[in-house]
Amino acid sequence: MIKQSVLIIDDESQIRRLLTITLQSNNYEVFEAATGQDGISAVSNNTPDLILLDLGLPDQSGHDVLKNLREWYSNPIVIISVQSGEEDIVKALDNGADDYLIKPFRTGELLARIRNAIRKAGGEANFSIAIFDNLTIDHANRMVKKNNEIVKLTVTEFNLLSLLSRNDGKVLTHHFLLKEVWGTHQQNESQYLRVFVAQLRKKIENDANRPRYIITESGIGYRFMGNTNF
Amino acid sequence: MNRYFFGPQKTINQHVIGLGVVVAISLLGLSLHNIIGYRVVAFMLMVGVSILAMFFDIIPVLVAATLSALIWDFFFIPPRYTLTVGTPEDRSLLVMYFLIALINAVLTNKIRKMEKAIKERDDKEKSLRFYNTLLNSLSHELRTPITTIIGSTDNLQTNSTMLSEEVKAELVNEISVASFRLNQQVENLLNMSRLESGAFQIKTDWVDMSDLLYKTLQRLDPNLSKYRVDVELPEQLPLFKLDFGLIEQVIYNLLINVTQHTPEGTLITIKAVCVRERLVLTIADNGNGFPDGEIDKVFDKFYRLKGSKTGGTGLGLSIVKGFVEAHGGTISLKNLQGHGSKFTIDIQTGKSHPFKIKDD
Repeated sequence: MIKQSVLIIDDESQIRRLLTITLQSNNYEVFEAATGQDGISAVSNNTPDLILLDLGLPDQSGHDVLKNLREWYSNPIVIISVQSGEEDIVKALDNGADDYLIKPFRTGELLARIRNAIRKAGGEANFSIAIFDNLTIDHANRMVKKNNEIVKLTVTEFNLLSLLSRNDGKVLTHHFLLKEVWGTHQQNESQYLRVFVAQLRKKIENDANRPRYIITESGIGYRFMGNTNF
Repeated sequence: MNRYFFGPQKTINQHVIGLGVVVAISLLGLSLHNIIGYRVVAFMLMVGVSILAMFFDIIPVLVAATLSALIWDFFFIPPRYTLTVGTPEDRSLLVMYFLIALINAVLTNKIRKMEKAIKERDDKEKSLRFYNTLLNSLSHELRTPITTIIGSTDNLQTNSTMLSEEVKAELVNEISVASFRLNQQVENLLNMSRLESGAFQIKTDWVDMSDLLYKTLQRLDPNLSKYRVDVELPEQLPLFKLDFGLIEQVIYNLLINVTQHTPEGTLITIKAVCVRERLVLTIADNGNGFPDGEIDKVFDKFYRLKGSKTGGTGLGLSIVKGFVEAHGGTISLKNLQGHGSKFTIDIQTGKSHPFKIKDD
């Protein structure tokens, strides 16, 4: 089996070293770049299966590198950010980043995010029926079953659940969800989203207060955890 | 004195107000000068200019002083309605009026500049004190875990052959615990300096309190496993406009605080209600309560209860207070009759009734 390759773009050599050790010992081929410019050249030379991109680079903003890459590079890009950078993260996700990690992060989480992002890149789950644990989502017939019993969902509830579940494991921003489910003119009506997520949880979760499927990402959005475990 | 009116104003506004004051006093003088005499009017104008000097910049005050001298000359000094001054007495009065007004304006301006300089120095001293305390706290709270990490790694590197697997695992665990403590302290210090910088801004959006509370509780699962937690939320609690991340941090810090000051098995009761346009959130415990003499100080920066457990910079609750106040809210703490204590957060904010949103 060909090794999957990861490019690390981060100016801190210590972080690059640590990530390289971690990834190599988990059977990834690793490339490193210390600046945005080097990172972009490295991508054009090697086309990695995934990029870990630090937002704080010395020569140019990580956002600019992301925008540049997204014009011609379609594999997953996972953002690495420092704490309390919610706005940065939302901006990066809306600009095409696939996921994010906040420093300091655990090794297990890093590997899970990388695995998940690469798996997702293999193509969006295009099954007409998706099964997660005790939840079945029949996209073709717009029907949802929990423990083999039909759950009555409204049109909007179904659209929201369908969108979330088709992006299993991926964080979707408030902005994106509002745009996709309610249309562009309702982008700022975030209260709709809160209400429908709460309603959905009541219907599909075993315990709406400790959701297993629809996870809140503070200040950023929601993440559906179907067959993904972080 | 109306603060808004006389507070820092744009120069153009100062000119307009200065003109207004001079004209108003002149009109008053016109109606009264038959009774009180035109010389008293000069004193009335002088009072007006002096008051302006107390609040305005030097240029608008000088303009007002010059204008008032001209008005006095033109409308009041005989022969009236000319700029000619009749008697040598009035001539010297006019010159003196003008000089006094000028000196007044310049002196007042100087005094205000000095006041400002003193205030700046005080602020500087205050922030210097803050940073000194911060550095003291830093050196202790950060060095402890760093010492642990360096010591453990030293042992692992140099004594590797001498150490049993068990001890090695223990050292690695020490490093892990110390790193997390370090991270927690850094986060607290970052939050504090964000608040202190003054450039702190909150980003509000609609928040489902139930989602926020249970998410925070889930994050705290390891810390709360030996506590009983009771959450009481009304079925139809509206959404509130809040900064999700900050309020999450507020509740997180408050709950961590409870676990630090109460014995295991304590019952923690969390309630959120909507009172008119306000979110009222309470976190109560049936622990030992706070010592009466210290209850007012718990929100102070770097304040730690006498005899409290290790760890903690004394910043947790002052960050809580800072974040609540950034929302325009208040936080209070009181001991409960009998047992325990209760934190009450009260934030006036926008609300939205979710159950009124129609679906499809």
